[in-house]
Amino acid sequence: MSEMTNTLLEMQNVSKEFNGNPVLKDVNFKLRQGEVLGLVGENGAGKSTLMNILFGMDVIQQTGGYGGKVLIDGKEVKFASPLDALKAGIGMVHQEFSLLPGFTAAENILLNREPQNRSVLSLVFGDRANTIDRKELQKEAIAAITKLGVELDPNMLVSEMPVGHKQFTEISREISKSAIRLLVLDEPTAVLTEKEAEMLLKAIRNLSQQGIAVIFITHRLQEILDVCNTVIVMRDGRIVKDLDAKQTSIQEMARLMVGREVSTGKPKAAEDGREISDKIALSVKDLWVDMPGETVRDVSIDVREGEILGIGGLAGQGKLGIPNGIMGLFPAGGKVELNGREIPLNDPRACLDSSLAFVSEDRRGVGLLLDESLEWNISFPAMQIQNKFLKRYLGGLIKWRDQAAIKEVTDRYIQQLQIKCTSSLQKAKELSGGNQQKICLAKAFALQPKLLFVSEPTRGIDIGAKALVLQALREYNRKNGVTIVMISSELEELRQICDRIAIITDGAVSGILPADRPSEDFGILMVGKSKKEAM
Amino acid sequence: MEKAVSILKAFGLPRLIITLFLVALFVIAPFAGINVAASVTDVLGRFGQNAIMVLAMVPMIHSGCGLNFGLPLGIISGLLGATLAVETGIAGPASFLLAILYSTPFALIFGWGYGKLLNRVKGSEMMIATYVGFSSVAFMSIMWLLLPYKSPTMVWGYTGQGLRTTIATDGFYYHILRDFLVLRIGDLAISFGEILFFAIFAFIIWAFLHTKTGTAMTAVGSNAVFARASGIDIDRQRTLSVVMSTWLGALGILCYQQGYGFIQLYQGPMYMAMPAVSAILIGGASVNKANITNVIIGTILYQGIVSMTPSVMNSLIHTDMSEVLRIIVSNGMILYALTRKTGASR
Repeated sequence: MSEMTNTLLEMQNVSKEFNGNPVLKDVNFKLRQGEVLGLVGENGAGKSTLMNILFGMDVIQQTGGYGGKVLIDGKEVKFASPLDALKAGIGMVHQEFSLLPGFTAAENILLNREPQNRSVLSLVFGDRANTIDRKELQKEAIAAITKLGVELDPNMLVSEMPVGHKQFTEISREISKSAIRLLVLDEPTAVLTEKEAEMLLKAIRNLSQQGIAVIFITHRLQEILDVCNTVIVMRDGRIVKDLDAKQTSIQEMARLMVGREVSTGKPKAAEDGREISDKIALSVKDLWVDMPGETVRDVSIDVREGEILGIGGLAGQGKLGIPNGIMGLFPAGGKVELNGREIPLNDPRACLDSSLAFVSEDRRGVGLLLDESLEWNISFPAMQIQNKFLKRYLGGLIKWRDQAAIKEVTDRYIQQLQIKCTSSLQKAKELSGGNQQKICLAKAFALQPKLLFVSEPTRGIDIGAKALVLQALREYNRKNGVTIVMISSELEELRQICDRIAIITDGAVSGILPADRPSEDFGILMVGKSKKEAM
Repeated sequence: MEKAVSILKAFGLPRLIITLFLVALFVIAPFAGINVAASVTDVLGRFGQNAIMVLAMVPMIHSGCGLNFGLPLGIISGLLGATLAVETGIAGPASFLLAILYSTPFALIFGWGYGKLLNRVKGSEMMIATYVGFSSVAFMSIMWLLLPYKSPTMVWGYTGQGLRTTIATDGFYYHILRDFLVLRIGDLAISFGEILFFAIFAFIIWAFLHTKTGTAMTAVGSNAVFARASGIDIDRQRTLSVVMSTWLGALGILCYQQGYGFIQLYQGPMYMAMPAVSAILIGGASVNKANITNVIIGTILYQGIVSMTPSVMNSLIHTDMSEVLRIIVSNGMILYALTRKTGASR
């Protein structure tokens, strides 16, 4: 790999401010051909702005351009639009897919660049009347997919693909452009299952070997170690450190990112030497849930009182269906007992009445009243279900909202969970993802449940907020003795906080293991090979 | 300066234009030979007459059912109550109470059915509501002819059956509220009776929205899935809001009749929803947010424009522009509001 020595991209003293607010300061780095550069940093560290500058996005010009120089092949460039960047051989895959669902993978890959056949009609109507050369289209698409080195059926409709394949289609489209030299991947693995993510990482290595440089943005630090040559850690608009991926560790990167110690991936189960009673708090038998994309077929599971039970598994296997089904949000059947009392299914009210609470994975859709104040968000379920925060007049005939009590409880949780907001009257939609998640937790805590379901509590929030959310859950469990069932796609996160972890595969429990077992054991359960290990 | 701009923005451009226009009308009025005191009396009278119908928008907006384009259904309940009260022949203030009493069961039943219907068409409530209004008016046009009313003050004189298109409330509850507690200063007459009547119901709605059930209703309108996950029966809250809106519509038309002096049947209720809808929107409400202030400001502005333009404009340019202007304002306002989904705050 002699090309590795040629510098492809260089940034010199790049800076940027929005309305006098500096968001990037003095950014310098070099990227050689075929190099894989990991870019990590908390949300708001300036990663997206940096990439927007590289791409010549409109938003940069509209807000007064940037300072410093961007050099490609040693020559300074100033891209006026993303099209210029594309011409210079830079491709980008965004977090959100831009694919046509009704078209096949091949058609999407070569959209608007299809190989064409001239026909008789072309003579009259010009190029508009050309027909698409299907064979050539197929060939070129397969070439791009092979270059990427993944398995992807070019004839599959995008609407029928799993998320991972959509991602591959998107990347194939970028690398099918012949001039491609630098590919930017913005959190490509966030939506992928672990297996798909592995395939993607392999693909990145493939591209690198073919001389294509990759800038890889991700929150999953292990992937950086797996695939990158160098790592840039950003914090508050600066590059805090240039690291050699071979010499660093997750702990070091995490520390640099947040600027403080973050406890990482050490399973803790027995560390505080507590004992979990054998008493069963929640018993689920033969549960089925009809939740689109997360069908639960036959789940039987016992949750012990006072423990934190993790439920993991790959996306689409049904782990999310379990809490949603039990809480009555999707049609379900089977038998659910809390402390020996049967809980009727398909009736959200009955579940809440029996002191179950649920923090949904769909924060914005289910979890929050986005247009209402934090006070409303936190107090609403407790007010409606347990008649808290109400003043009674006329012998209970009139139940009046007790504004003072609502404010008090809201302020208490704002302080306790360190929610960043201007006041308890701020609207929920104005908060960041991590703080919104804390509001959802506060809402559930205000119900003072006996058993709490928490679904994907750290999805889409940055690493600092993540640690705080997990900490809050653990404290809540320890201090109040509340049994918690936590569902998450991130195994490491489950291993950090849970006592036992159940893995769901194909709508059923494939096994339950103590959290301190090595991750390989869980990996085996995830691919669903070892039912005999169950229980 | 920036602060002033943000305050103006919060007030809203359409509201600002309409307020300035109304102020301009009042400034011009004396020069056009209009008696300002009499005009103010007129605007206040119209406010008292219409405000409850505008208030009828609030519960449905709160529960997420959108603007109550089906107001004619509530009006029809009111009309049934009114005609039944006249049929009994009891005159005077008692007839007004009787009309309220008779219209209530109709409003509850119609509102319940209307609510059940709207629960089946979530997402397109406003379109369906419009047609509920239209078709109920058409159906009742037949019924007004067929129902066995006998009172000679109401039926057609030549056949002795079928109700007339307009029935005078004179002798029954004409000006029953307007002439109650009137403050007169020269030509200016402020009817506290009407304002008080409105204030009572506005207070009830305001108070309701501060109760547990009212909070649940607002949450359903704000995010129905959230409400469901919090154990709220969404359909029940929505039905309740529709029943409330329908009942307020019935009260509203009775209040309107006592001021206006006539019970208008047949096609009368057909377009009654439009002025009410547009008034609350001018007041600063949006499709999913509304409060009592919106109702008060909106009704004053809308009725101000409607009553001031004809007198001022006509005396200035000697053509009847008022109807054209009224239609432009009311329909334009509805169009404007429907294109932007949020805006108002509680």
